[in-house]
Amino acid sequence: MTLLDVTPTTLQALWLILVAVLWIGYLVLEGFDYGVAMLLPFVGKNDKERRVLVNTIGPVWDGNEVWLLTAGGAMFAAFSGWYATLFSALYLPLFLILVGLILRGVAFEYRGKRADWAWRNRWDWAAAIGSLLPPLVFGVGFANFLLGLPLKNVTILAGATTVPVFDGDKLWAGPLFGLFSLYGLIGGITFVLVFLTHGAIYASLKTKGEISGRLKKLAVKLGLITAIPAVVFVIWGNLLPKLPGQLDSLRTVAWIAGLLGLVLFVGAIYFIWKGREGIAFILTGTTIAMVAVMIFAQLFPGLGFNNTGLKVMLDITTASSSPTTLTLMTVAACIFVPIVLLYQIWAYTVFRRRLGVENIPDEVDEPVVVGG
Amino acid sequence: MGSDTIARWQFGITTVYHYFFVPVTIALSLLVAVLQTQWYRTGSDRYLRLTKFYGKLFLINFAMGVVTGIVQEFQFGMNWSEYSRFVGDIFGAPLALEALVAFFLESTFLGLWIFGWDKLSRGKHLAMIWLAAIGTLISSIFIIAANSWMQNPVGAIYNNGRAELVDFGAVLTNPIFLTQWPHAVIGAFMVAGGFIAGVAGWHMAKLAKQDKPVAEDVSAFRTATKFGAIVMLVAGLLIILSGDLLGKQMTRVQPMKMAAAEALYSTETNASFSIFTIGSLDGSKEIFSVRVPGVLSILAGESTVKGINEIKADYAKNGFTQGDGKQEVLQQQFASKLSALGVDPTPNIPVSYWAFRIMMGLGFLTMIVGAWMLWVTRKGAMPKPGKLWTTMMWILPLAPLFANSFGWIFTEMGRQPWIVAGVLPTSFAVSPTVSVADVWITMILYTLLYGTLAVVELGLMFKFIKKGLPDVAPVEQIVDEDAPLSFAY
Repeated sequence: MTLLDVTPTTLQALWLILVAVLWIGYLVLEGFDYGVAMLLPFVGKNDKERRVLVNTIGPVWDGNEVWLLTAGGAMFAAFSGWYATLFSALYLPLFLILVGLILRGVAFEYRGKRADWAWRNRWDWAAAIGSLLPPLVFGVGFANFLLGLPLKNVTILAGATTVPVFDGDKLWAGPLFGLFSLYGLIGGITFVLVFLTHGAIYASLKTKGEISGRLKKLAVKLGLITAIPAVVFVIWGNLLPKLPGQLDSLRTVAWIAGLLGLVLFVGAIYFIWKGREGIAFILTGTTIAMVAVMIFAQLFPGLGFNNTGLKVMLDITTASSSPTTLTLMTVAACIFVPIVLLYQIWAYTVFRRRLGVENIPDEVDEPVVVGG
Repeated sequence: MGSDTIARWQFGITTVYHYFFVPVTIALSLLVAVLQTQWYRTGSDRYLRLTKFYGKLFLINFAMGVVTGIVQEFQFGMNWSEYSRFVGDIFGAPLALEALVAFFLESTFLGLWIFGWDKLSRGKHLAMIWLAAIGTLISSIFIIAANSWMQNPVGAIYNNGRAELVDFGAVLTNPIFLTQWPHAVIGAFMVAGGFIAGVAGWHMAKLAKQDKPVAEDVSAFRTATKFGAIVMLVAGLLIILSGDLLGKQMTRVQPMKMAAAEALYSTETNASFSIFTIGSLDGSKEIFSVRVPGVLSILAGESTVKGINEIKADYAKNGFTQGDGKQEVLQQQFASKLSALGVDPTPNIPVSYWAFRIMMGLGFLTMIVGAWMLWVTRKGAMPKPGKLWTTMMWILPLAPLFANSFGWIFTEMGRQPWIVAGVLPTSFAVSPTVSVADVWITMILYTLLYGTLAVVELGLMFKFIKKGLPDVAPVEQIVDEDAPLSFAY
């Protein structure tokens, strides 16, 4: 058998694109709330400043995180073979992400529940570390997908079925340090720094007064530091050897998207330096989207795995669900994704106002209410 | 311990823990929406204070439900990759739809509800909590449809070495789903009703001790006591009904589960139901038992209830069959593969037997306490503070909560050795590339993390329960850009 023994159907190609769209939604949206939370203990000099930062993301972070859950669910539904092999391959890394997501989610909701600086400071660090882990691990992970994770075949169900699973021995026996090769580390660092910059720009956009100015200056510095690993990540990522089955046309798309992402990022640094945080935010957002396009273009057809020497392969056709399921999911996505986008956009407009320390009430516990 | 055993323990622990927060999320969101609706309609401060008081407790609980829920979606792929590969074509869709249709709704509108008090009109703001509550209900629909499919794999065929979806309508009209969903959701209302009543009752006893309790506080907590207790009692009556319907469907599609629930080894006509047994549950010895004649047959909906031994013999001869001897298409098509796997079709009998009884016992206990509470506080009477009352107030939320846990433990343990009933054995579903050491590492860290968070969560719960009803002062929607927000984290 060879890779892509059968030609991918339109539905399968569509679902790889849809999974990419969901990941882009997650990375662009949750990216800035990761950034803001990582900056929390460093930028917020006192409790009120920290509360300003927390409140810029307070109403929206959970909705942003659902993009990740939907992306994961879509992989399960549309490419169950991919979901199964990938999630069991990255067992411990995914566990680190879960720990991060647990810590940060609880931190946002619980930090304000006691008027006690030690309590709040502890939760702020939990939020920062919890927001560092996912981009770090995802960055290392995506870099490894570009390298191509090794696979092996095992038989299950007492020999009834042969499936492609992750070959950890091969990965760790290689010349590189398993997942933590130099390129893997650059991926992790790039993701963290890009989200820090994205978050600093978002926070400056959502705040006013002295803290907003400080965030702008910080965003410029972070942007300049980020540029170095980002350039290496993009260029190296496009020069990596071709994985079995990869298409030249999509490699070209990856080049264009990657370079475009870098150009947009330079633009973002320029505009935040000029004090135009709105445009800068759109530019960091599109940078993230472009880098995701670069990565997903290279995931065709092997989904980030190296199928060399395999009898039963893992690719977009073998991992895919049946046409019945893909059709059902397509109908659901066509109806609900636009609806979700509409109400999430509305939520952002409800909370469009910039926040300053003067907007933060003294007492956090009890909302006095209510408008009319 | 084999990797499937430890992976099962992990799934059990993380899921039971997650489900401590789920019933309150599902039902309390809706009950808070009802309280806020009452405020919207009457303008009475009492309902606003109750909305805010229980709303805050709901949110403390909700945060834990959200973060422990993420683990659930990931661990199918992490620990149970061959299950995911085998069933993803069917099981993945409801999970994806749950995120797309329910989680977005829940999280976005709850954010708007929490932070939107001074940004939205009263009517719009009220709509936010209703949309979030509807989101939690939709979520329960999808996840229980997925679970019901594991109990009774309808609408699927065996193709390409896996289960494939042929009829999504059949998945949503699965008789197990149609009976299990109401049973689980009503169970959630017993917990939330018991929680509202228990917390309010505790405060009433506290107020009863004061010389001159604030009249508004007394009347607000009296309202909450009644509201919670009545919700719980109505749910209690409905849960008996839904449980009865579910039991009959279960007997039909998973006869072994009903036999395990009673530890019934030999087939019996007009089977009796044992409330309590001392002896060995392997059927070899019985020292003492309390039995009600005929009741098991009523629960099962069939005059003759098949025993474990007969079902086992059936399995050895014909493979997995439902009570009426039929098979779902998937079970039928997979039967030849299955016969090569050599599976003992018997679940853990003591766990099934006792979990079933503890579930029912705790449910009945809650209803008795709730009815007693209504009796004690009737016609404006105050409860007598003391150990008895306090104990009862603890029982009100905790007994139904643990009844929920034991119900699920029974459902899932009684399904064993199957991860998909009559098709895929659990031990063949585990991830082949994840080592026992890996699972131990995560197990220890989950335990530490979840343990710490439980302490924190309970600490906050008690803090805000003790704090009592908030004072409220109406203010206008804020237009001044520099004015403090009426609410911020």
